[in-house]
Amino acid sequence: MAQETLSGWVRKLQAREISSRELTQLYLDRIERLDPELNSFITVTAEQALAQADAADARLAQGEQAPLLGVPIAQKDIFCTEGVRTSCGSRMLDPFVSPYNATVVERMNAAGAVMLGKTNMDEFAMGSSNETSFYGPVRNPWDTGRVPGGSSGGSAAAVGARLVPGATGTDTGGSIRQPAAFCGITGLKPTYGRVSRYGMIAFASSLDQGGPMAATAEDCGRMLNAMAGFDERDSTSVERPAEDFTAGLNQDLKGLRIGLPTEFFGEAGLDERVRGVIDAAIEVLKGRGAEVREVGLPNSHLSVPAYYVVAPAECSSNLARFDGVRYGYRCENPEDLMDLYTRSRGEGFGDEVKRRIMVGTYVLSAGYYDAYYLKAQKVRRIIADDFRRAFADVDVLLAPTTPELPFALGAKADPVSMYLSDIYTIAANLAGLPAMSLPAGEIDGLPVGLQLIGNYFDEARLLGVAHQYQQETDWHTRVPAAFA
Amino acid sequence: MSVDTSEVRRIAHLSRLAMNDDQARDFAGGLSDIFAFVEQLDGAAIEGVEPMAHPLDAEQRLRPDAVTEPDRREAYQAIAPAVEGGLYLVPRVIE
Repeated sequence: MAQETLSGWVRKLQAREISSRELTQLYLDRIERLDPELNSFITVTAEQALAQADAADARLAQGEQAPLLGVPIAQKDIFCTEGVRTSCGSRMLDPFVSPYNATVVERMNAAGAVMLGKTNMDEFAMGSSNETSFYGPVRNPWDTGRVPGGSSGGSAAAVGARLVPGATGTDTGGSIRQPAAFCGITGLKPTYGRVSRYGMIAFASSLDQGGPMAATAEDCGRMLNAMAGFDERDSTSVERPAEDFTAGLNQDLKGLRIGLPTEFFGEAGLDERVRGVIDAAIEVLKGRGAEVREVGLPNSHLSVPAYYVVAPAECSSNLARFDGVRYGYRCENPEDLMDLYTRSRGEGFGDEVKRRIMVGTYVLSAGYYDAYYLKAQKVRRIIADDFRRAFADVDVLLAPTTPELPFALGAKADPVSMYLSDIYTIAANLAGLPAMSLPAGEIDGLPVGLQLIGNYFDEARLLGVAHQYQQETDWHTRVPAAFA
Repeated sequence: MSVDTSEVRRIAHLSRLAMNDDQARDFAGGLSDIFAFVEQLDGAAIEGVEPMAHPLDAEQRLRPDAVTEPDRREAYQAIAPAVEGGLYLVPRVIE
């Protein structure tokens, strides 16, 4: 039963083959039975979910056709949910019950989605393994000794294990795509500005972007239809007319020009077996009429270092709001105001968050701004310009999502080696481009992700290419045996 | 670039993070590695390049200067660690 996709459930709900209450109960039961092995949820909202399901059933009975009406989903715990704890994976926000909803939550509620709960994540979305969460690590459903990726590791593991048919994620440097790859699911980071950041707890505001995670490209398109759209409450939200992101699903691939960035294939560190899976996927797309050529992104090797200046700089500014005064964690018996600030923050934040706040504070401090921050912003532009040139000749770019297979818990103890696991994903964030990961193979029982990067606002085409690939292959239907 | 324990403590103070010497020592290695790693930017060909602050180079959108948000003071005060008489409480600042 739980093998059905989100889109499949929408059709069954509309046909009244199953009620939203039955469906919601089915997934709540799976979460209760199976999540203790994964730790993919921080909060399960069973009571509210069943109330939402009953409301959806009443609307379905009236013949309503809202796009996600009655479908269970989960929200990454970075999205504010009114009346429900919104922890962002941090002790700092463990006591925080949000007084308002994020725009994404409002929009998905309006589309009729039923929220089952809030998914686990790296603390403040800072991490690539979900090991930095205050609520403990999430485990990969394909091998519980391995990480699910991060930062949206809870959403990815929950969808991968079919504890929920779809979940939201956020992607600042790869946090939707890398865990999607590690857990064998499909995930899309939209163009910067597509999805409102209002009520999405800020990490690096010029990079953060919310997006859908589900089994298939079609599911992601449906979810994005509900999530995206102009929001005057987000000053960087793009003003564009509403778009149907499922419109390109049935577009054939004849004449599609696919670019392979040589830098994403030649680098040392790319697992040869991963490369083999990507090569096989390229053949599938060629077989459906796509043309493939090599392109250059000559500055892409500077992506990770530029990111680790820009992102921490923005993080140190954004996280200055956590002061122990207005909401969130406060230390016991502060001696004075400075002690209140420094101890609330020192006790409330975990090590990786502190590390990034300190890097950001340093690169923005007097005397270092030009040497680090301004330089990184200039490098950011030459990286974006590389993409501009590439997209003059090709329609989409194709690459591995990650250089290696899901790694063991605890395997990457030093920060820089962890940062390098996002080596193929970060450039799209710096440029603000849409990019996605979809399952393209298995090695030793572990999933491998294929990355597609599109031009600005070209999500419908990306989803179309992915959907066509998913017509020819069945990797997206595979579920780890223990969760089938 | 490498940072020592006293430099870590200085950065921690600027960041308003309580940190003792042992903790600062633990952070020094990782921070030094990160600063050494980002030094790769030094070789970049960026002469005459405009810094990029926003991926779409968008301008800040303006809106009419009108009240748009409702008064939710009580809801916001209800989640504060310490309030009294409608005020947020902090340790005494002026003796």
